[in-house]
Amino acid sequence: MSDFLKIQGLQARIDADGTPKDILKGLDLEVPKGEIHAIMGPNGSGKSTLSYVLAGRDDYEVTGGSATFKGQDLLALEPEERAALGLFLAFQSPVELPGVNNANFLRTAVNAVRRARGEAELDAVAFLKAVRAETKHLSMSDDMLKRAVNVGFSGGEKKRNEVLQMRLLQPSFAILDETDSGLDIDALRIVAEGVNSLRSPDFSALVITHHQRLLDYIVPDRVHVMAHGRIIHSGGPDIAKTLEKQGYTQFLEAAA
Amino acid sequence: MPAVTETRETVEKLAKSSYEWGFETDIEMDIAPKGLNEETVRLISERKGEPQWMLDWRLKAFRAWLEMEEPTWAHIHHPPIDYQDAHYFAQPKKKPGPKSLDEVDPELLKTYAKLGIPLHEQALLAGVEGAEERLPVAVDAVFDSVSVATTFRKTLAEAGVIFCPISDAIREHPELVQKYLGTVVPVADNFFAALNSAVFTDGSFVYIPEGVRCPMELSTYFRINARNTGQFERTLIIAEDRATVSYLEGCTAPQRDENQLHAAVVELVAMEDASIKYSTVQNWYPGDDEGRGGIYNFVTKRGICRGARSKISWTQVETGSAITWKYPSCVLAGEGSVGEFYSVAVTNNHQQADTGTKMIHLAPNTRSTIIAKTISAGHSDSTYRGLVRMQPKARNARNFTQCDSLLIGDQCGAHTVPYIESRNMTARVEHEATTSKISEDQLFYCRSRGLSEEDAVGLIVNGFCREVLKELPMEFAVEAQKLLQISLEGSVG
Repeated sequence: MSDFLKIQGLQARIDADGTPKDILKGLDLEVPKGEIHAIMGPNGSGKSTLSYVLAGRDDYEVTGGSATFKGQDLLALEPEERAALGLFLAFQSPVELPGVNNANFLRTAVNAVRRARGEAELDAVAFLKAVRAETKHLSMSDDMLKRAVNVGFSGGEKKRNEVLQMRLLQPSFAILDETDSGLDIDALRIVAEGVNSLRSPDFSALVITHHQRLLDYIVPDRVHVMAHGRIIHSGGPDIAKTLEKQGYTQFLEAAA
Repeated sequence: MPAVTETRETVEKLAKSSYEWGFETDIEMDIAPKGLNEETVRLISERKGEPQWMLDWRLKAFRAWLEMEEPTWAHIHHPPIDYQDAHYFAQPKKKPGPKSLDEVDPELLKTYAKLGIPLHEQALLAGVEGAEERLPVAVDAVFDSVSVATTFRKTLAEAGVIFCPISDAIREHPELVQKYLGTVVPVADNFFAALNSAVFTDGSFVYIPEGVRCPMELSTYFRINARNTGQFERTLIIAEDRATVSYLEGCTAPQRDENQLHAAVVELVAMEDASIKYSTVQNWYPGDDEGRGGIYNFVTKRGICRGARSKISWTQVETGSAITWKYPSCVLAGEGSVGEFYSVAVTNNHQQADTGTKMIHLAPNTRSTIIAKTISAGHSDSTYRGLVRMQPKARNARNFTQCDSLLIGDQCGAHTVPYIESRNMTARVEHEATTSKISEDQLFYCRSRGLSEEDAVGLIVNGFCREVLKELPMEFAVEAQKLLQISLEGSVG
């Protein structure tokens, strides 16, 4: 039970125009099964890097530490293997795929993951039924399924499309990287509801955000404060409220 | 980095398994000796039981060819072709017509099966009687140089449509063949067209009479299947006033070592208000990963919109061949006529493609559209070469051209060479061109959703080509999508 997602001493760097730049500097984090944790931190603290490293993006070089997920060495897996294992990253800036029909993309992804998990693939009819149920849930128009992936989508539509993918791929661990940015209050509520309804003893999430606001809707079990590539403080949901009022200064000073 | 290593391993694996449809069929062949001279031309004509005028036509072409030189302006490189080191005629030995699939040469059926042709269609291909009621696609199979089977003739005949091997048409409809053959692509049009005119062995003939909408898609499967046999197909399609036809051409070829020359000629004639749609999925053997042994494909395709408001539309998906040299063109001679060219050209490994189109606007109010998508991977080199010419009488003529190139990896090349010649002040020519690469962002996004790298590339490439693929008839579009993916396997790293 305890070893669901476990990160120890994680160090990672990126190549910044020829010179390596250390971003994660010994990060420790555990997210037990069934819990939702939040990470808050100032710009440049390494929050997005953490999400990319966990999802398996090539540009980052892991220079130390470990990350295990369901007992497996996460860092040794390809991104698609991590997805099959149940990890999902909702992107801060979802990528556009010109000409690629959104419904076709979703179905290809769902069936790739189902195949890898040893489940039967969904035929066109079954898939359409599943996707229709979800789009209704997220107040998305069918039109979004016919358009090219994320092309010409508004900020809010992109984020809803991320949540749609998450719900269809049925991950056991989701990372939401600033999913609240660019959302108005109604969209925020819909997205939060999309996450909350996945809550179960078998689903965990890591919610990365700048704002307390999202955490009013997705109430986390624990909140971590991140700065300079490390978790510098962890506590209950009330930390977020403290941060909102007083900023990061006291945590940064305490950690110094 | 582990991802790179794995990609490399994948590439190696795929390169070894490589050409899925590379196999050879062992059927008794009737083969002419190697070499090309007047005797060869006479032999072909005699074997095909042709009338004197046809032989004379061939000889005229052959003599013109002797005076011509292989063109060198294209952006392609290959060792000199020895035209004497090839057979110019091969045909499977004739057997009496089969009554059921059991009587069909099992080797032939195996070939069809490997190509994934459905059983009922196989029966049609092999000319089994009674098989034709079920399928709305007529197939004229060119198995090497001779059409082994032609189907649906009955149904088509009721509509007055003629769809048959061109060698049959020469015997049975000489007046039509004589009237149109060589009128769009003259015998001495270019080196390869002259060669084709001299030695073509078979191909399709389509005639749609006035006012007839062809009741089904017409389709030809081409295969090269005799070692060292140059392929010289000749296709002639005529649509009379207000006639409509859609023609599909698709091909795969077995793996072999020698380079094989393929020089086809296709001529289209559209009369008043007629419409011809010609779709191609081309998958000739591209050679091994070093580029050895692939097909050299030098094709002349041209259509003329002779009547007012007529329309000719070329759609092609080119994934095969070591060398592709091909410019399907439209001559817009009828007032208000329309020419279209939709193309996807994929090159991988050491493939070379120099392809594009020519839109020759002769008459007022003519319109043309060119959408060309070029995808280069590996060490390949691809050139789009397109000519838009507005002649003095082409008042208010319009052209829109869009050329998009997609590069995969950093060892390949893509070139866009547009030629625009306008001799009429009122004519409008628009040209747009883009070059892009598949971004790491796109690949990572797809992979984080569980897609393998190959599937991600396939999806992105198919998205890139969507505007062209949607022009293809349904069943062809599906095949084309598969081909695109197969052609680019292992190309990302």
